[in-house]
Amino acid sequence: MVEVRLFAYFRNNRGKIVYVDPNQYSNVQMILDHLGINLSDVQILLVNGRHTHAQHELKENDIVALFPPVAGG
Amino acid sequence: MSTTYNLKMLRVNLTEGTIKTEDLDEKLAKKFLGGRGLGTKILYDEGVATVDPLSPENKLIFINGPLTGANVPTGGRYMVVTKAPLNNMIASSNSGGVWGARLKYAGYDALIVEGKADAPVYMVIDDDHVEIKDAAALWGKTSEETEEVLKEEYGKNASVLNIGPAGENLSLLACIINEADRAAGRTGVGAVMGSKNLKAVVCSSKRTVVEPYDKEALRETVAKNLKLLKDNGVTGTGLPTYGTAVLVNIINNVGSFPTKNWQESQFATSEEISGEMLKEKFLVKQGFCHRCPIGCGRVINMNGKIVGGPEYEPLWAYGANCGLDDLEAITIANYWANEMGLDAIGAPTTIATAMELYQKGFITDEDCDGVPLKWGSSEAIIEWTKRMGLNSNPLAKLMAQGSYRLCEHYGVPELSMSVKKQDMPAYDARGIQGIGLTYATSNRGGCHVRGYMISPEILGLPQPLDRFATEDKALWTKIFQDLTAVIDSTGMCLFTSFALGAAEYAEMINAATGTNYTPEELLVVGERIYNIERQFNKAAGMKPEDDTLPKRLLEEPIPDGPSKGEVSKLHILLPQYYELRGWENAFPTEATLKRLELL
Repeated sequence: MVEVRLFAYFRNNRGKIVYVDPNQYSNVQMILDHLGINLSDVQILLVNGRHTHAQHELKENDIVALFPPVAGG
Repeated sequence: MSTTYNLKMLRVNLTEGTIKTEDLDEKLAKKFLGGRGLGTKILYDEGVATVDPLSPENKLIFINGPLTGANVPTGGRYMVVTKAPLNNMIASSNSGGVWGARLKYAGYDALIVEGKADAPVYMVIDDDHVEIKDAAALWGKTSEETEEVLKEEYGKNASVLNIGPAGENLSLLACIINEADRAAGRTGVGAVMGSKNLKAVVCSSKRTVVEPYDKEALRETVAKNLKLLKDNGVTGTGLPTYGTAVLVNIINNVGSFPTKNWQESQFATSEEISGEMLKEKFLVKQGFCHRCPIGCGRVINMNGKIVGGPEYEPLWAYGANCGLDDLEAITIANYWANEMGLDAIGAPTTIATAMELYQKGFITDEDCDGVPLKWGSSEAIIEWTKRMGLNSNPLAKLMAQGSYRLCEHYGVPELSMSVKKQDMPAYDARGIQGIGLTYATSNRGGCHVRGYMISPEILGLPQPLDRFATEDKALWTKIFQDLTAVIDSTGMCLFTSFALGAAEYAEMINAATGTNYTPEELLVVGERIYNIERQFNKAAGMKPEDDTLPKRLLEEPIPDGPSKGEVSKLHILLPQYYELRGWENAFPTEATLKRLELL
C-alpha cells in the first residue's frame, strides 16, 4: 500500500493518513482526485520526503505527503 | 511636510542621568531606512564596534522603521541594535507587539541608551515626559510580574518592555520581552540591558497616528497590499490557522528536522509536537501584533492559564532537539523561557547540547543536581530553563552563557551547533544547501531570519528550488538577505514577504515618507545595510574563518531518512557568494564600499 499523509486543513473530513493501493492509484494526481483535493491547492508535494510532481509514479510502500499553503519562520 | 519619521531621537545616559532629544539626520535615514539599518549605522559611527559589550561604553538602541506606527499592515515592529555579548558582533533583534508603535506615537524614532546606572532603574516615556526611576522593587521579578506592576502604575495602555532575571544575571541568552511574550530574542540583547541596570522601559502616548507624506497614495497601496496578504494562501490562511508551528511536520517529513542536538534529522513522534496538535489541544485564539492582519501568534490554555504559546522554533528546540514529544511540557518550558527573559531558541538548544554532553559523559549526575539531563525528560527542560534564568547552580550558570561556551568548557566546542557562537535554528542545513549559506554568512551568527532560504527550497515560494543543489543558491541567498535587511529596517514584519515584494515595500515607504525608491534602489539599500553590518563585525574583530558551519554539518552525513548522506557544500557556495557580494576574504572590497556609498 501507499501511505498518504495529510497535513493542516487537508485533514478536515479526511483524517491524517489514508492508505491506497498503487495498482489502483498509480500516480499522485489520481490520489488527489480520489481525495477531492485540487492540485492548485497543494503547495508542497513529497514522495518519500522528496519534492516531486503530480505525475510521479507510485510503487508499493511509498509515502506521499501533501501540504496546503503554509509557512513559518 | 508630513512624514512617518518623527526625525527625532531620544538619548539617555544612565551614568550621568541625562535625557536629551536630538534630530535624526534625514539624509542618513534615506540611506539606511531605520530599524536594523539605521541602528547599525549609528552604532558604527559612534565607535561602539571596539568596546566591551557588557561595559557602560556599549550602547543599546531601540529603533523604529519609517513604517512603525504607520497605517500599514504589520507596521508596529521595533529593533534592538547593540554590540552582542554572545559573539562580540553586531546584534539586531526584532520584536512585535505594540511597544515600537507607542515609541513612534510618543514622538521618537529611536531611544539610545548609554552608560550604566548606579543601581537598578526603569524608564518612563510618556510623550514629552521622560523620566528615569528607581527599579529596586522590580529587580528580581519575572517578565510577567514586571509588566503587571508597571501597568498597574501607568495604565493598561502603557506598553512595557523589560528583562527578566536572565538579563539581570547577564546571561548571554537573555532577551528583551514586551507584551508578555513578544521578544527581541537573539544575540543576548537582554544582557546588555541588564549590564546597564535598566530593568524596563514603559512607553505610552496620547497620539495614535503618524501622518504620512501622501495619505491617499498610502491608502491605495495599503488596500492593494492587504488584499495580497488576504488572498495569499500562507498569510491569508496557513499562518492564521496554524501559526509557524505548522512547519514541524513539513521539515520532519523532508528529513531536515534536527533531533537530539543534530545527531539525527528526523523525529519519529513529531506529530505529537506539531502545529496541528497544538491547535487541537491547546489553542484558544490567534495572537496579533500592532496592525497585523495575519495573527500568527498562538494564545493557548496552559493548565488554566492563558499565555502565549510556543512557535515553531521552541517546539523544535525543546521537542525533537531534546528528544521529547511532551507538548504540554514544551508549553510550560516556553512560558518559563519568556518569564525568565531567555531566548526561546538559544536556551533550549543549549539544554539539548547539555543533553548530548550528558549522553557522552562530560556532564555527570552530580553536576545535574537532582535533574538529570536525559533525552526526552519533561522535568529537565522545565527545570533547567528556570535554573538558567536564575543562575541557580554552577552548571546552570555555565549553560546560561550559551552552548558554545558550555562545550568549550568541556573541551569539545565542535558539539555546539552554532555559527559565530549563536545556535542555529530548526532546519538541518545538510539537506537544504541555501539555508546553510544563510547561516554561515549571517552577520549576527546562526540565524534563519536573515535570509529565509527555506521559502524557495522547501516551501516552494516564490518558486521551488532543488534543496540539494548548489546552483544559483548564492544569488538567491544574497537577494533574500538584502530584501530582509530592507524589511527589518521598515518596521514591518518579515512574514509579509510571503505575499509582498520589493515593489510593494517601495510604494508604501514612498507614500509614507515622500521618498522615490524604485524596487531596485531599495534592494541596494538592503545591500548597503548588509555591508555596514559586515564592516561593524570587521572592526569588532571578526575573522574570515567565522563564516562557517559546525564540523557536524560539513563532515558528518545525515545518518538516515529522506536527506540521508547529505552534508553542507559550503566550500562550493561561499566563494560564489563572496564574488557576488564584491567581498574578498569575507569583507567588502574598497570598490564595493564605494559603490554602496559607504566610503
